[in-house]
Amino acid sequence: MGILEVKDVNKRFGGLQALGDVNLSVTENTCHAIIGPNGAGKSTLLNCLVGKLIPDTGSVMFDGQSVLGRTPHEINQLGISRVFQTPEIFGDLTVMENMMIPCFARRDGAFRLHAIESVGSETELREQAEQMLEDVNMLDKRHMHSASMSRGDKRRLEMAMCLVQNPKLLLLDEPTAGMARADTNNTIDLLKEIKDKRDITIAIIEHDMHVVFSLADRITVLAQGTPLVEDVPEKIKGHPKVQEAYLGESA
Amino acid sequence: MFGLEKKDRSLLILVALLTIFAPFILNPFPEGSAMAQFNAGYPDLMQRFVIFGIFAIGFNILFGLTGYLSFGHAAFLGVGSYAAVWMFKLLSMNVVPAIVLAVVMSGLFALLIGYISLRRSGIYFSILTLAFAQMMFALAYSVLTPITGGETGLQLALDDPRILDGAGASAGNIPVPSLFGLEMRDSADLVLGSWVFTFNIGYYFCAVIMLLAFYLSIRIFRSPFGMMLRAIKSNQQRLNYTGLNPKPYTLAAFVISGMYAGLAGALMASMDPLAGAERMFWTASGEVVLMTILGGAGTLIGPVLGAGMIKYMENIISKINSDILHGWFAFLPDGLEDFVVTIIYPFIGKGWHLTLGLIFMAVVIFLPGGLVEGGQRLAALFRRKKTSTDDGSPAKTEPAE
Ligand SMILES: Nc1ncnc2c1ncn2[C@@H]1O[C@H](COP(=O)(O)OP(=O)(O)O)[C@@H](O)[C@H]1O
Ligand SMILES: [Mg+2]
Repeated sequence: MGILEVKDVNKRFGGLQALGDVNLSVTENTCHAIIGPNGAGKSTLLNCLVGKLIPDTGSVMFDGQSVLGRTPHEINQLGISRVFQTPEIFGDLTVMENMMIPCFARRDGAFRLHAIESVGSETELREQAEQMLEDVNMLDKRHMHSASMSRGDKRRLEMAMCLVQNPKLLLLDEPTAGMARADTNNTIDLLKEIKDKRDITIAIIEHDMHVVFSLADRITVLAQGTPLVEDVPEKIKGHPKVQEAYLGESA
Repeated sequence: MFGLEKKDRSLLILVALLTIFAPFILNPFPEGSAMAQFNAGYPDLMQRFVIFGIFAIGFNILFGLTGYLSFGHAAFLGVGSYAAVWMFKLLSMNVVPAIVLAVVMSGLFALLIGYISLRRSGIYFSILTLAFAQMMFALAYSVLTPITGGETGLQLALDDPRILDGAGASAGNIPVPSLFGLEMRDSADLVLGSWVFTFNIGYYFCAVIMLLAFYLSIRIFRSPFGMMLRAIKSNQQRLNYTGLNPKPYTLAAFVISGMYAGLAGALMASMDPLAGAERMFWTASGEVVLMTILGGAGTLIGPVLGAGMIKYMENIISKINSDILHGWFAFLPDGLEDFVVTIIYPFIGKGWHLTLGLIFMAVVIFLPGGLVEGGQRLAALFRRKKTSTDDGSPAKTEPAE
């Protein structure tokens, strides 16, 4: 039984069947990639896992609990953090402040007032945040206004914000989309390091085969809302159905 | 000290010194001189400076931090005033119970109105708050006349019960609000040569409360809660997926700022024990928005500066009339004098709104950070000049952020 179990999930947008009978099982402490051509329903599937969308039918279980009917912040509190396709950070805040917010969320829950104590006196959380920034090589940028950083740095910061929460499951939606090769390689290295160092399950949606084959322990191929095959990377590479799905797209 | 960082502590001490010495600072011109009309150091106006300062400080906690623009905050000011006057009528002329009830009542109203209005954001939130405030104004003005005094407003009467004060206390006159016997209207004058400085109990009482309110707002700004509010303004999506529910935080900020408004309303009633519906009119709500933006939304001291500036103009510029203008420009040849006066005339007296509007536009366009940004730029300019004269090299232009 995996940490994440998706069973018979269907999702329609009007007449469009975005997801059809999706079954997916992600094993704890592995990296599971979901690939597929554009419009295959990858983002839709991810949005069903984090409470942004509610599937029409089917069930989504995480760590033995159903996530359906829970709001995004509740699902995060269960231990799922997500990285967006375009980095979502607190642009008006400094890098360090960006890091403090997830720290507070993890320690204090979805809503607890601490309106009088100063942020400056939270030494323990600050150290935690600084350690995380150091891990992603951003400690020197901690006083920077986060909106003024490069896209690669924003992505890095967003990942650090997710990781500082020690999530059980990290969801990544095309983390290297629109990135230069060098930035892509940096991101791969960072994710590899995370995978090796921590007890964490990663589910990654990715279009870039290079990224997928560098990271994934298992791969699910999605086409037109339905999983075609699921296997280890070596088997996926030469799989005729995969060739077909991808060639069909490029042709 | 006070649990504040050095920079904030210096700011608090500076504001404390300015408010303590305000009767001197605001009266720089000798009595009877031509410039004396620019003196603002009389109790009525000084009280207004600090009371509207409190109102704007509270408004800034909502608008400056979360970005939610309420267009109905005057409603809470009105609720505070009515609650305070009722306390004077029923219980005692002591201002303490009046202030306590006012803050509690405005907090309850803010909880209800905030809970409903915060279901929407952006312009819809603003319109909802505006609608609530106008409904409350209409109710206070007509339907609820038994409670609010309707058009004439709520006033004290000789035969009010005032249970705690006892029957003999009034002795034929309507008593005045006091703090354990210290009457709010009492003043002492200090005459130094041709200068007259007035020290008023009501002003100092309000000033102490404003300093407390300011101190509390600094603590809120620097707390995790304050940071959360700024995060709400910045990216609610990220906040949701970080495990935080923005709603209760925003509502808490709304209620806190409503209570600040109620406190300001209670102080207005304590200085002058009557309350009228016009205090809740939408223009009053708009005024606090102007104050906050003019001074610098999201900054600590900005709202106080904005409140001071607007109240100063309302009371001082509006008193200049054409005779005074002719007096100033009498040194010019007749034709030119008339011409200059004609040009300036629309901007003074009742035209002070025009001046305010122009200043407001200039600030929004050239100083989006308000007067505080203006101050910072000036300070940076001086610092640069100083360093360039020190080392003899031309001033370096710092890269813009
Ligand atoms: N909110 C929505 N409303 C309507 N259609 C949508 C919505 N989100 C996605 N779709 C459609 O569902 C299909 C799958 O989209 P998506 O999950 O974004 O694909 P992918 O991420 O694999 O490229 C696409 O055809 C897309 O147009
Ligand atoms: Mg997508």
